[in-house]
Amino acid sequence: MSADFLYAIEVLLNGLMAGVMYSLVALGFVLIFKASGVFNYAQGVMALFAALTLVGIMNGEVPFSHLINAMFGTQVHDFGWHVPALAAIGLTAVVMVFFAILVEKLILKHLIGQEPIILFMATIGLAYFMEGFGDMMWGADIKPLDVGLPKGGSIWIEENTAWLGGEGQRFFGFFIDKLDMSATLVAAILVIALTLFSQYTATGRALRAVADDHQAALSVGISLRAIWVITWSIAGFVALVAGIMWGSKSGVQFSLAFIALKALPVLMLGGFTSIPGAIVGGLIIGMGEKLFEFLAGPLIGGATENWFAYVLALIFLVFRPQGLFGERIIERV
Amino acid sequence: MYYREAGDFKTSYRKDQQNFPIRFDRVHFWTMMVLAFAVIPFFINDYWANAVFVPFLIYAIATLGLNILTGYCGQVSLGSAGFMAVGAYASYKLMTSFPDLNFFVIVVLSGAITALVGTAFGLPSLRIKGFYLAVATLAAQFFLVWLFNKVPWFYNNSASGQISVPRRDMFGIAITGPEASAATKYLVCLAIVFVLGFIARNLTRGRIGRSWMAIRDMDFAAEIIGVDPLRAKLSAFAISSFFIGIAGSLFFTIYLGAVEVGEAFGIERSFLILFMVIIGGLGSIYGSFAGAAFLVLMPVLLKNALVGGLGWPSDVAAHLEFMIMGALIIFFLIVEPHGLARLWAVTKQKLRLWPFPY
Repeated sequence: MSADFLYAIEVLLNGLMAGVMYSLVALGFVLIFKASGVFNYAQGVMALFAALTLVGIMNGEVPFSHLINAMFGTQVHDFGWHVPALAAIGLTAVVMVFFAILVEKLILKHLIGQEPIILFMATIGLAYFMEGFGDMMWGADIKPLDVGLPKGGSIWIEENTAWLGGEGQRFFGFFIDKLDMSATLVAAILVIALTLFSQYTATGRALRAVADDHQAALSVGISLRAIWVITWSIAGFVALVAGIMWGSKSGVQFSLAFIALKALPVLMLGGFTSIPGAIVGGLIIGMGEKLFEFLAGPLIGGATENWFAYVLALIFLVFRPQGLFGERIIERV
Repeated sequence: MYYREAGDFKTSYRKDQQNFPIRFDRVHFWTMMVLAFAVIPFFINDYWANAVFVPFLIYAIATLGLNILTGYCGQVSLGSAGFMAVGAYASYKLMTSFPDLNFFVIVVLSGAITALVGTAFGLPSLRIKGFYLAVATLAAQFFLVWLFNKVPWFYNNSASGQISVPRRDMFGIAITGPEASAATKYLVCLAIVFVLGFIARNLTRGRIGRSWMAIRDMDFAAEIIGVDPLRAKLSAFAISSFFIGIAGSLFFTIYLGAVEVGEAFGIERSFLILFMVIIGGLGSIYGSFAGAAFLVLMPVLLKNALVGGLGWPSDVAAHLEFMIMGALIIFFLIVEPHGLARLWAVTKQKLRLWPFPY
């Protein structure tokens, strides 16, 4: 096989892996949209916030140290201890649950019955708030995150695929990041766990009932507000997972908040209401944009990854307005 | 006591249909205009022009534009900054290609070019609705910014990739470029805002505005009673983009002078304009101005209070600014989802009866 073709396959494989990372963020969006009809723009910032909190707890940093130092002229930075990764993840999950309760109490409760656009705007406001809050709490510098996930290219795969190129070709096997592979594994586990949870537990059934019809769910005695707290907690947990993956990949930094923008075309493609849609959409977008950059990028100046996903989703939507797996939109006068 | 329609008799249809039916409003509106046109220019200095007045006026145009699309026609757009970039680059190309063209002609032409681009990106709105459309407009945002970054023709192959405005005169006074005085900048923007505000107000209460509102309230029902959705939606996109293009053109030529597309017209700008629309009030001309004024003034005030007043380091102040901005938006949405315009309407209603309870 020619080296170019093999490179294209390598790009495709890496695109698939990148797609999984997009799916992780998109998943959080879908969960909240299904349960409460809220298009949660803050999902990306939630991932950033979760990752910041995780790093902060692991390194034993003092929250709000910048603010405290500015106000009282002190020089506090950290407590001087290190928390093991698993315990820190647990603590962060607790923080995210707490956050979900606050969001429900302070925001959602007051906005029941408002138009979707108002709720959407409220989540943008929430995103702004959390961005400032996270930076204020933990500082705005780039932090490395290491929870013990494997990193770097997999030598085993490289060695065992080198023969594909044949004699005399400049091909040295597929380069695939171990971190991307573990992300794929984690995403698969997460989706299976979520599916099992929503199919076989009482809470899961209640969640699906609320997603189906708010009023009907209320009338059989399901507490909407409790369900919302649960959904936002789950979404917070998904955000934590996404934050860990992206944070390990490129460091915990401000730009993490923008992965929400990468997840949006995934949602459009897969449909706002479908969990499998988020996964398949992520894979298509990841593959498509890497392949397009590889094939057409050099011809038109590169950096096409910024918009290709959107244009792809846009063209796609013209033919199927509800996305791949979205519910059919039926409109009546 | 003074805010009454009693005794204000209308004797012709023309008078009954005028913009400000209550005399009090009329008098105060024109007093404010006289103040804005004839008094402020004599007192304005560089700081006030660059930090408050010019950005306010330019954002007011952009907000009017987005309000026509989102508030009146119900099509949420997150691509405003992309369209502003079209206006900015259109005026740059026109100014450098036709050096003798009048500045106002250039501004209007830039708006027209943006209207064409906006209509093209509005085409999917016929199929896609709601949040899907909002996300689809992000395609315009990212694609346009990328285009202006990557194609050297748009910035005349300048080495830095920036565009900077050449000097243009009118009646012997510099309007654009570094030599332009604060008062000229302010007056140029004010004149354009005045004309565009007048156009927007009258468009939205005429036939075309009503067809937009019908589409916003329910597009299927509107179609059944004979509103052509193709024409209504695309005209909303075109006119909205025309306004936003003019805002972008002024943003570049008058306000910034030199522009790097990713910085000046990034996605944050789109969100800012959408915030202005929502905080001001969806579907309200007055609200567009109120929202723009609020969000231009707030950061200036916060910065002065926190950095100047309390002496905090600027990074902490910047984080706090984000937090306050987010909290304020949420607060506003909870207290008054219909924005400042509704607050104003409620106040007016109360004033009408004051000092009597009923």
